[in-house]
Amino acid sequence: MRTIEQTTQEILELASKHFNVPAGTLAPDDDFFRKLGIDSLQTLELLSRLENHFGIELPDYEVQGVSDFRTLASRIQSRL
Amino acid sequence: MLNLANYQSIGAALKDALDLFADETCLIEADREREKERITYRDFQRRAHPLAKALQDAGFQPGHYAAIIMTNQATWLISAYAIFFAGGVLVPLDFKLTPTEHWQLLQHSGVTTLVTEFPIWRQLASSAARAEAANLHTVLVTEAPPNAELSGAVRWEEFRAEAAPVFVPRTRRDPATIVYSSGTGGRPKGCVMTHENYLEQCVALTSLYPFAPGFRYLSILPTNHAIDFMVGFFGPFICGATVVHLRTLRPEFVREAFTKYKITYVSLVPLVLKNLQKGLQARFDELPSGKRRVFHALVAINKAFTKTHPRLGLSRLLLKQVHDNFGGELRAIIVGGAFTEPQTLQFFYDLGIPVANGYGLTEAGTAITVNDLHPFRADSVGKPLPGMEVRIVDPDPDGIGQVTVRSKTVMSGYLNEPELTAETIVDGWLMTGDLGRFDRDGHLQLFGRKKNMIVTEEGKNIYPEDIEAVFDSLPVKEFCVFAANYIWPQRSMVGEQLILVIHLEPGQPFTEDLRRDITMRNARLLNYKRIHGILVFDEDFPRTASLKIKRNILAERLAHFDRGTVVQPL
Repeated sequence: MRTIEQTTQEILELASKHFNVPAGTLAPDDDFFRKLGIDSLQTLELLSRLENHFGIELPDYEVQGVSDFRTLASRIQSRL
Repeated sequence: MLNLANYQSIGAALKDALDLFADETCLIEADREREKERITYRDFQRRAHPLAKALQDAGFQPGHYAAIIMTNQATWLISAYAIFFAGGVLVPLDFKLTPTEHWQLLQHSGVTTLVTEFPIWRQLASSAARAEAANLHTVLVTEAPPNAELSGAVRWEEFRAEAAPVFVPRTRRDPATIVYSSGTGGRPKGCVMTHENYLEQCVALTSLYPFAPGFRYLSILPTNHAIDFMVGFFGPFICGATVVHLRTLRPEFVREAFTKYKITYVSLVPLVLKNLQKGLQARFDELPSGKRRVFHALVAINKAFTKTHPRLGLSRLLLKQVHDNFGGELRAIIVGGAFTEPQTLQFFYDLGIPVANGYGLTEAGTAITVNDLHPFRADSVGKPLPGMEVRIVDPDPDGIGQVTVRSKTVMSGYLNEPELTAETIVDGWLMTGDLGRFDRDGHLQLFGRKKNMIVTEEGKNIYPEDIEAVFDSLPVKEFCVFAANYIWPQRSMVGEQLILVIHLEPGQPFTEDLRRDITMRNARLLNYKRIHGILVFDEDFPRTASLKIKRNILAERLAHFDRGTVVQPL
């Protein structure tokens, strides 16, 4: 079982890779809309990637209003 | 299609539609790749009537207000019908608002009943703002887990009474819904929409874009939005068509839904349409050069044959692969909620996929003008719908002035806001606050806004006063949020941004700490509500006797500055 820190780290790595952001430039408290310069549609794409990576289903309502990696990680962690 | 001229209310029309189309498929519910269920109009009635009866038994009276806060799904529509059946007024709220915003609107509208999903209720129930909605006594939650703490709510699935409910007739002039066009922070703008507003709008829209049994509408825009309520509920239902709901809007499942359910119509916001365009363009660019040449030739032939009007059959034949990606039966994409760029509209039309582009606002009963496609025009928002009188007032030398509308579809006013209503509806004409001009063919073209607000590509209306609370107690003398285009008109409907104007205390420097404070507060807002720049102004803001900022006067003063020089990007 992953720890919340591991989950967060994996999310940051995946987001860096998916949106071509240099590794290590993203932090848990970053606002992903702002830091990645993405819109709500691209966020949905990121969620699909995360679901495949973690092997979970994350209903859209679970990520409603979430804009930082840390909160996103806690929502994912609760479904692992 | 029912003859709506014979009906007094949404409830009465829907009631007959459920009988008339009893065996037709009314709803398809899908969750990712799984189809959850298909229900007929008869099934719909069987689920709605026990709910209507239970509402009546619980003391729900004609004229009572009931809110729905849900993502798009069958229970949304079933609950709405039950509320109309019992003579209630529906208050559809945006499920994306925060709990505090939800409670504020529940309180403002005085709802007695709330229908919502369990995850939303969980957040609402634990919100400190809960005590605000004093009239609320019945909360129904859907899909609550077996041992869930319901915090005073009742399970929607168990809230049923078997005896027949009593249908409560309403007149055309009675309120049918309260639709909030804005006002989650400042002054809530609850548009009181009458039954007549919907009946008339439905007749006008379906005359151009008809529904029929067998047509399938993909419901993606939230149903609380006026567009989806009309074309994803009332319109298709009174024609016996099918509405398809998806429980997730991930692009891959939306794409799959087009082909799986052979969608006839879909409504999208410009952002999604542009995204679709980007995806298609990338695929066209990847074609080997030979195939690409053939493809371009086919597009050119299609363009030549569809100059005067769409020819769906021919386009589907010529550009089969493109159309197959959309299920092969798509008749039109309805785009709304915000301004769509002409090149995007043209892109789809050239592929033989008409985009029903139009212009409207909630206060006008959704659409005011729609492109009738005869011929297709990407550079306009179309002609006024039947029954709409549209006038341009105070035109400038270029003929551009404020768009005003008079129609049976215009709201009766803002809930509990007589002054605001009097400012907005003058002598029966709705002042839209948008600037436009008619061309010689009677098409309306838009050139920006006269009002202090922005509309995002996702179709979100943002009023500066709604987000100012986040900057309360900012350590400056005074501040005010503006739509940049309100100060510096751009004659454009895209790329609108909000800016924060601050007036520092005497001798106070603009420090990095202050900038950081602003940035952190800004981050508390949902991403589409955020400000994009700061303007430091060194004069006192003009104020009324009651100390309210005179925004229009302040904007006039700020307009003397050069936007590019004085606004610091955030």
